[in-house]
Amino acid sequence: MAREDVLVTAQWVEENLDNPQVVLIEVDEDTSAYDRSHIRGAIKLDWTTDLQDQVRRDFVNKEQFEALLSEKGVSNDSTVVLYGGNNNWFAAYAYWYFKLYGHQDVKLLDGGRKKWELDARELTDEPVKREATSYTAKDQDLSIRAFRDEVVAAIGTQNLVDVRSPDEFAGRLLAPAHLPQEQAQRAGHVPTAASVPWSKAANDDGTFKSNDELKEIYEEAGVDFSKDTIAYCRIGERSSHTWFALQELLGAPNVKNYDGSWTEYGSLVGVPIALGDEPGQA
Amino acid sequence: MCGATEGGLPLDGINTKIEAIIQGQVTKDGSPVGVAYVRLLDKSGEFTAEVPVSATGHFRFFAGDGEWTLRTLAPGADTVDRKVVAAVGSIAEVEIAL
Repeated sequence: MAREDVLVTAQWVEENLDNPQVVLIEVDEDTSAYDRSHIRGAIKLDWTTDLQDQVRRDFVNKEQFEALLSEKGVSNDSTVVLYGGNNNWFAAYAYWYFKLYGHQDVKLLDGGRKKWELDARELTDEPVKREATSYTAKDQDLSIRAFRDEVVAAIGTQNLVDVRSPDEFAGRLLAPAHLPQEQAQRAGHVPTAASVPWSKAANDDGTFKSNDELKEIYEEAGVDFSKDTIAYCRIGERSSHTWFALQELLGAPNVKNYDGSWTEYGSLVGVPIALGDEPGQA
Repeated sequence: MCGATEGGLPLDGINTKIEAIIQGQVTKDGSPVGVAYVRLLDKSGEFTAEVPVSATGHFRFFAGDGEWTLRTLAPGADTVDRKVVAAVGSIAEVEIAL
């Protein structure tokens, strides 16, 4: 897949603001960011309410996703362009989520909201309402979603890529440092996982590094592109960013995102955990 | 603001005794900057977290014991790096002038 098929520049977005084929969607970790300001014409998806089941820990089901996108005015043939804060963490998560439910034409705004703001491009607080559609989703594509038993089975056999910060990997922090540190899980990482912080894939302005740079980063960290790969972080959003880099930009085969990630794995009874800066033994 | 601290952001519901808090404000020519990104780098220079500042230029991190670097990016300004030492149970206040 060509880079421009999955990644568009801020300039491209600005030139397509009035393109009826394009549906611009903001997805932020800070779910109030859109309400303060957003790119003109963009609609909002709230990852905490729109994309999560509100009782058990899982995603909304196919029918709920269809109802959501229909109500939001997204069509099956829309070109969906996602962007958000925090270097596109949650926009990448939404990208992976759209792929999970089979949306064909979805792209990320390279650099997300940060790049847009650093370029001093226009934001507005004008409400956006799109006409409702009748959206049809596919069954979840489980070739891109990993569950906990697959992670345990991958220890010592597949590429496990821990994309959290080095301090979270080593067990010195339990959550990204802009959040209070949680105590529910054990600290550390899945044994044999390579530490490749998601941030290594991004420039300071939030745009992705070149494919050559990305390939070198993952190979240097020990990722064997002939093997299957599972990426994880804390709740699956930063690892969506890495899943995007590995599968969508580099075209690596069989890359899965483990959305249970450390908040699930670190709470499991009896699974192995490694501490410290080294991957550890199987 | 209920629960507001010197850093300008509320600490309601946060157990400050177990957190190593780094917080502060970004200003330019003495006025708060409303659009800026502050990132927290660990002692090896690796990215640990990043936040956009609030409308009043405030930011906050929950780090760990040790030395950290704050890197600030803002439209039309040079990148500014500031070193800071954090410790569990205390709040390190950092003023960043662009």
